[in-house]
Amino acid sequence: MDEFQTVIGLEVHVELLTNSKMFCHCSTQFGSRPNTQVCPVCLGLPGTLPVVNEKAIELGIKTAIALNCKINDEFIFVRKSYFYPDLPKNFQISQYRNPVAENGYLTVGEKNIGITRIHLEEDTGKLIHDEQTGIWSCVDFNRSGIPLMEIVTEPEISSPQEAENFLQKLKRLISYLGVSDCIMEEGSLRCDANISVKRKSDLKLGTKVELKNMNSFKSVRRGLAYEEQRIIEMLKENRTVAQETRLWNEALQITEGMRTKEEAHDYRYFPEPDLLPFKIKSDLIERIKAEIGELPNEREKRFQKEYLLSSYDSAILTAEKEISDYFEKALSYHNEPKQIANWIQTELLGLLKEHHTKPGECKITPEFLAKIVKMVSQDKISGTAGKTLLKEIFLTGQDPEVLVNEKNLIQITDTKEIEKIIHEVIEQNQQAVLDYKSGKTQALGFLVGQVIKQSKNKANPGKVKEILQKKMNE
Amino acid sequence: MPDIDKSAIEYLAKLARIKLKDEEMEKLIADLKNIIDYVSQLNQLNTENVEPAKHVLPYCNVCRKDVKKNSLPVEEVLKNAPERAENMFKVPGII
Repeated sequence: MDEFQTVIGLEVHVELLTNSKMFCHCSTQFGSRPNTQVCPVCLGLPGTLPVVNEKAIELGIKTAIALNCKINDEFIFVRKSYFYPDLPKNFQISQYRNPVAENGYLTVGEKNIGITRIHLEEDTGKLIHDEQTGIWSCVDFNRSGIPLMEIVTEPEISSPQEAENFLQKLKRLISYLGVSDCIMEEGSLRCDANISVKRKSDLKLGTKVELKNMNSFKSVRRGLAYEEQRIIEMLKENRTVAQETRLWNEALQITEGMRTKEEAHDYRYFPEPDLLPFKIKSDLIERIKAEIGELPNEREKRFQKEYLLSSYDSAILTAEKEISDYFEKALSYHNEPKQIANWIQTELLGLLKEHHTKPGECKITPEFLAKIVKMVSQDKISGTAGKTLLKEIFLTGQDPEVLVNEKNLIQITDTKEIEKIIHEVIEQNQQAVLDYKSGKTQALGFLVGQVIKQSKNKANPGKVKEILQKKMNE
Repeated sequence: MPDIDKSAIEYLAKLARIKLKDEEMEKLIADLKNIIDYVSQLNQLNTENVEPAKHVLPYCNVCRKDVKKNSLPVEEVLKNAPERAENMFKVPGII
């Protein structure tokens, strides 16, 4: 591996989180019945005129600020002409020279990865193929005209893993900003890649291969790793690497050359005469800047410094804005960052994932979680009881302080009562007691378990262990 | 100035997805040559210090608010579709 050098560049498309489309009033809602969110404009009927959605421009500028880009003070839209059934006008309104912004970067780990450009355009319709006969394809234009932002990186990514890390950071940033929901499965984030590999000793750049059809961050990494290996093998055998577009085959976990011969594109870009130019003044940029607030990279660092969390914990707690907000809200009720962080990571995130729920929709409010953690840390309830409460409240949304009494989960910390149960357990489990006394220390764990079971999970395990040990050593 | 010959016309016809007969091709070569000659008069102007025009109208930043409104009824949408399948436009297979 060491004698080779890999260079990767990414091209990411994200659908912007607007109510209406880029150039018309149609809804952008995902998953509606085909062709129920279309109008003469996004169907490309003759005589219609596009009008730019103000919000899309603002979201583009917001992203540009967060990605440290230079925002062009003047930009225009252009027509990119090509024929395809998902493109009703036979041209896509896009940007070419003078995009919204250029020359930025995103920090990934210790490295700044350059952003070449950010531009705005409209999405195309969606083609549904008849896989069996291949005779027909069907077109749904609901997606046609949804605002789309293209982010192109410099070829500065040096490994497939770094490409995945970049995408994760970019997704986090863009969702934090509220610019897009970045759901790859719904196509609101898409990614193509360019990869070239050369021997380190070679001065000339390696041949560029374009890779498409990856539908998750993991498949971007795997596709690139496959391609990297394929090119290295070819270089080792002194074979020429063809400049081509290859598709990632998720089922077979391989890349395949496109069967159709790809012709050189001639998009004949020219300024869109139906749209007027944009001139961006500094007061607009300042206003948008003020809306941005704390970015995820900053928040992650602050969590480490302010709450003394490990880099691992802070990365998980800042992976989504809602989780970070939830965490800090819970802290306002019970200021024990490490405890709250643990409960969120080991319990809450699991529940949310299992039930496909977002933190904001979760019935366990930050206050409820804080109450449970507090009761556990004060030994009022056991950790197990805490988890039971959490699962129950997830479904019912009841106040843990009420539920704890209703379910009679308050721990027995009264020594006398615990001793009474221990006495019974010892009576019933003479064999285990003998085992323990003969040196089989595991028997203690069994007995502690029996006591807790008999107490209906209400006895404090630490206390049980302490008393039991004393009793049996008597 | 691009050379307007048969191959240029063939290329344009391909981009436009149209088929041309030989006699149409001859006529188009002549027409297009004329058009380009005519427009080329603009090249006589000195544009050294002139900024490229982005638009003929002196306006900018024309936008609408991000408000969604009702779309067309599906029956209207598909009214002119040569072929349809359920709610979708049916087109020759593309894979």
